Amino acid sequence: MSFKRIEAIILRQVYLYKRSFTRLLEVFYWPMLDLLLWGFVTIYLQRSSEGLPAFVSYFLGALILWDILFRAQQGISVSFLEDMWARNLINIFVSPIKVSEYLLGLITISILKVVIAFIVMSSLAWLFYSFRIFQIGLTLLPLVLNLVVMGLAVGIFTTALILRFGQEAEILAWAIALLFMPFSAVFYPVNVLPPVLREIACFIPSAHVFEGMRMVISTSKIPVKNILWASVLNSIYLLLALFFFLRIHKGALTRGILPKIGE
Amino acid sequence: MSGSLVSILKVEGLSKKFDNVYALKGVSFELSRGEILGILGPNGAGKTTLIHSILGLITPTEGRIKIFGKELRGNRVDILKRVNFAANYVLLPFSLTLWENLMVYAFIYEVENPPKRCGEVLELFELYHLRNMLTRKLSSGQMMRLTLAKAMINDPEILFLDEPTAGLDADIAKKTRQLLKSLCKERGLSVLYTTHNLLEMQEVSDRVLFLQREVLAAGTSTDLLNRYNVTNLEELFFKVLGK
Repeated sequence: MSFKRIEAIILRQVYLYKRSFTRLLEVFYWPMLDLLLWGFVTIYLQRSSEGLPAFVSYFLGALILWDILFRAQQGISVSFLEDMWARNLINIFVSPIKVSEYLLGLITISILKVVIAFIVMSSLAWLFYSFRIFQIGLTLLPLVLNLVVMGLAVGIFTTALILRFGQEAEILAWAIALLFMPFSAVFYPVNVLPPVLREIACFIPSAHVFEGMRMVISTSKIPVKNILWASVLNSIYLLLALFFFLRIHKGALTRGILPKIGE
Repeated sequence: MSGSLVSILKVEGLSKKFDNVYALKGVSFELSRGEILGILGPNGAGKTTLIHSILGLITPTEGRIKIFGKELRGNRVDILKRVNFAANYVLLPFSLTLWENLMVYAFIYEVENPPKRCGEVLELFELYHLRNMLTRKLSSGQMMRLTLAKAMINDPEILFLDEPTAGLDADIAKKTRQLLKSLCKERGLSVLYTTHNLLEMQEVSDRVLFLQREVLAAGTSTDLLNRYNVTNLEELFFKVLGK
């Protein structure tokens, strides 16, 4: 494992973002817009519906945490797409960089993006709505970590699909994480879902995270069971995603599709 | 040939099938230190598949590839650190400056003192004055020179070039050829080179290998011209291909 090669992948993205206003906008603009729009909607709903004391906290907390998952996933797949769009993938794959080093570079970039987006969203939530995400306390850490890991697993899985199907699969970089949103019970409790979807939600780590978040906000209790479930599922999914990526990469070498990806 | 006859690349019985169709069939050849080996063949002859297989971008169906006496499989990192690649269809990110692009690859190839080496290769390809320019602003000739600069970032022992002068102005293509020849002479660089330009091939290559899925003929230009009783590579090309 070479840290210098991992650093190269990070450096490439840092160079890209430091100059590109539109890419920087993507890190700040959408989270900010989401927060402003849904924050004010939530305040309005809370004022007009009595008996929903923690509504703003539920909603804003969910919004900030969901963005973590989404950014973590995008950090991987969009960074890969950047290399594909730049027709730079061949240069990378004929270089001494290992697949594991390339993935670790993308993972680091993804985590950096998550941290930046998290800071921006938490600050804005505090500024506009006096909502302090850190009121969740130390429990926030395992919840956030689980969302990051799930985002990475989904990101690696999506990237593998792009590697297999090329440009046609580009849209998945934006669509796949959203597919998990209804089952994750981000803005509502899992028991709102119909029984079949509730069963599915049991196998979605983020559903456990958001249930846990609501429990902390309403009862201040540590959601041990939710955290454990999410951690076990995430460990399995991350391993499966890595295995899937390596299989697809190996298949791409056999089928000779790596040089054609992006065409 | 400018270098000694030490074989640093050995390809034995290399075959690649895509959907039961051979793209390469039983290809064998060697490349010596300091040698420029030109691969000639019509479109779809397998030239690019050959280079991609040697570089590990495509897994061969059969055959062996030894570089620096080692099998590519199991020694990928060690081998790829000492070789490099450039092609007209592979670009560098447009949103980065020339300097930034080269710095990224200097890190990837774990070059000692990356800024110094980036400066050197930019000077070598007469791009130093453009170092802070965005890559998207380069002309196609400058872009190709940048791609070659990237290919020289690790001071490789073998350079794989897939149609490097395609689309270049005649004078820039000539400069590129001269530069390659001088690099081979001065540094003992070996080059595996594909081009559609037969005159260029004759001017640059120490040896030529005619490929149409399998090796049809191989040797120095002079040997081949004599063997097939023709006066230039164009005639030879058609004769070897049986056209």
